[in-house]
Amino acid sequence: MSPAPLLSVRDLRVAFATEAGRLQAVDGVSFDLRPGEVLAIVGESGSGKSVTAQTIIALTRSNNARIEGSVKLGGEELLEASDATMRRLRGERIGMVFQDPMTSLNPVYRIGNQIVEAIRAHQGSVGKEEARQRVVELFEAVGIPDPERRVDAYPHEFSGGMRQRAMIAMALALEPEVLIADEPTTALDVTIQAQILRLLEDLNRERGLATILITHDLGVVAEVADRVLVMYAGKVVEQGTLDEIFYDPQHPYTWGLIGSLTRLDRPRPHRLPQIAGSPPSLLDLPEGCPFRPRCPHEFSKCPQLPGLEARLPDAADHRDRCWLTPERKREKRQVEGQIGLEAPQQVPRP
Amino acid sequence: MFRFVVRRLAGMVLVLFVVSLLVFLIFNVVPNSPPAQRLAGKNATPELVKSIEEEWGFDQSLPQQYVTMMKKVFTGELIQYSPRIPVDERIKEGIPATFSLSIGAGIIWLSFGLILGYLAATRAGGRLDRILTGVAIAGISIPVFLLAPILIYFLTYKLEIFPNGGYVGLTEDPWEWLTHMILPWFTLAVLSIGFYSRVLRSNMLDVMNEDYVRTARAKGLSERRVMTRHVLRNSLIPIVTLFGLDFGATIAGTAIITEVLYNIDGIGLYAAESIAKFELPPIMGVTLYGAFFVVFVNALVDIAYAYLDPRVRLGGSAR
Repeated sequence: MSPAPLLSVRDLRVAFATEAGRLQAVDGVSFDLRPGEVLAIVGESGSGKSVTAQTIIALTRSNNARIEGSVKLGGEELLEASDATMRRLRGERIGMVFQDPMTSLNPVYRIGNQIVEAIRAHQGSVGKEEARQRVVELFEAVGIPDPERRVDAYPHEFSGGMRQRAMIAMALALEPEVLIADEPTTALDVTIQAQILRLLEDLNRERGLATILITHDLGVVAEVADRVLVMYAGKVVEQGTLDEIFYDPQHPYTWGLIGSLTRLDRPRPHRLPQIAGSPPSLLDLPEGCPFRPRCPHEFSKCPQLPGLEARLPDAADHRDRCWLTPERKREKRQVEGQIGLEAPQQVPRP
Repeated sequence: MFRFVVRRLAGMVLVLFVVSLLVFLIFNVVPNSPPAQRLAGKNATPELVKSIEEEWGFDQSLPQQYVTMMKKVFTGELIQYSPRIPVDERIKEGIPATFSLSIGAGIIWLSFGLILGYLAATRAGGRLDRILTGVAIAGISIPVFLLAPILIYFLTYKLEIFPNGGYVGLTEDPWEWLTHMILPWFTLAVLSIGFYSRVLRSNMLDVMNEDYVRTARAKGLSERRVMTRHVLRNSLIPIVTLFGLDFGATIAGTAIITEVLYNIDGIGLYAAESIAKFELPPIMGVTLYGAFFVVFVNALVDIAYAYLDPRVRLGGSAR
């Protein structure tokens, strides 16, 4: 038996009232996160992955937001918790790392002081000196060289990779149980990306940190994730283990994502593969399956929304939202090689 | 930081030199009539004009004339000719009143502007915000020459709360000083209170959308701490710039109307009288004095700016 989930999200729905109408950003997302596990949430911009993450720590609460469903952390319901409770919980039990380290640190304060501030906001009894010493240790743990001196630097004196390390140090300052990393590598160079991912992986292993990794980059997912949630237009369209998603993807959208990866072990395609079209507006979703307008395999059942179900006989936790039977899916995947994409034209080798 | 201050002060000297050149050109060179005649005043005797012409060396080359003028300014020999009073003496006499008025008004408009702007921003869209918006627009719209008579009429003549104009030195009688200054302070501050609260409100609303504010919330800081330490602090930077310009300008001459209306014997009143009597040397002196304070206060502001925003300290090299 796997251990009890630390974080349990059930049928989470987040809608925003906008001037253009009601916008359903997250539509019925459910997942469990166990200690020491890395869950990747994958999807294009606007698929609701960041809103899901920010709703967990109640950063999306506002007058025009309508939040339904359930988010439980160790049995405690968070969606109904008071603002004061959520404030205590942020940083202390759930740490968060954001996408752009260039803008996520306050430019006018020393980095060390920004982390000291986080520590002292939760543990008032910790003195300034002691907190500073903890920051030095944290800097060391996340691989910032010369930490004793660097804690007194300002954000503009750090490179992007170093800033992201500092952000991770900040998120870890109070030893939370859950770390939410919202596109932590998107704004970084590829080499730095790999370092940051390695760091997250190590921390996850050493500290048994349960991690939610939000990304649009399947390459990142393949590196570190245990389980994967694929989101499209606010809905989960497929979920499963890393192997299930990569070796037996069931939803045409997932095929598209995987097909869009450029692979060095295949002949170079004439054009980089892509999923045709663009994601639908959340204000004007198509009837039924939201991927329908972009899907090359649309058929008569698609105007009805398929449920998120396990359709394969031998994998109860591998679920997807597509009406095609597993056999039909296998056929279509094999025939076109990279299904859901333009047929790749190969460049003749000289 | 030290190097920044030195660099800034050196820049200030350069600007003042250019300003003095401009003053020289505008007053003595550009107008198409004998400069001695204009300096002497409306009803001057030919003898006076003749002696001024020799004294200022108007028959010499322009650079020589500039040097003579600046010598007069620095040695206190800049004199108004009817009656003969050294200009710098009159300016020195006016400084306590003008500074009392400007500094007091500056403190009032800055503190009220910040408090009202902060309240409006943290309650954006609420009823208090809408009320403050209305008040601010009224404050910005009402001209000083209308506001002052209204205040004087109701608070001085009808209710007899405040004395009727004039200035009492702070060292002579602090209480009298205060009661004489309150109306002028508010008259001068009302426009800026409205303006500053509007600017701060919109700055804060912008900063609230910054990523680092979200980070501050994700750290679990209280809403008040997020607002004061992270939002307000970053919104103050443009306010400081604005305050430097406005405060410099107030000392340098914006207070003229207020000083005249409340009969406060400061530099503004001196300037107004000199203009009315067409006395050129005082106007020249007051112009230079004003330029000095505008430039000086702005240098101070730049230094404060470097303190508020560490990125400025390194000059252009930091991003």
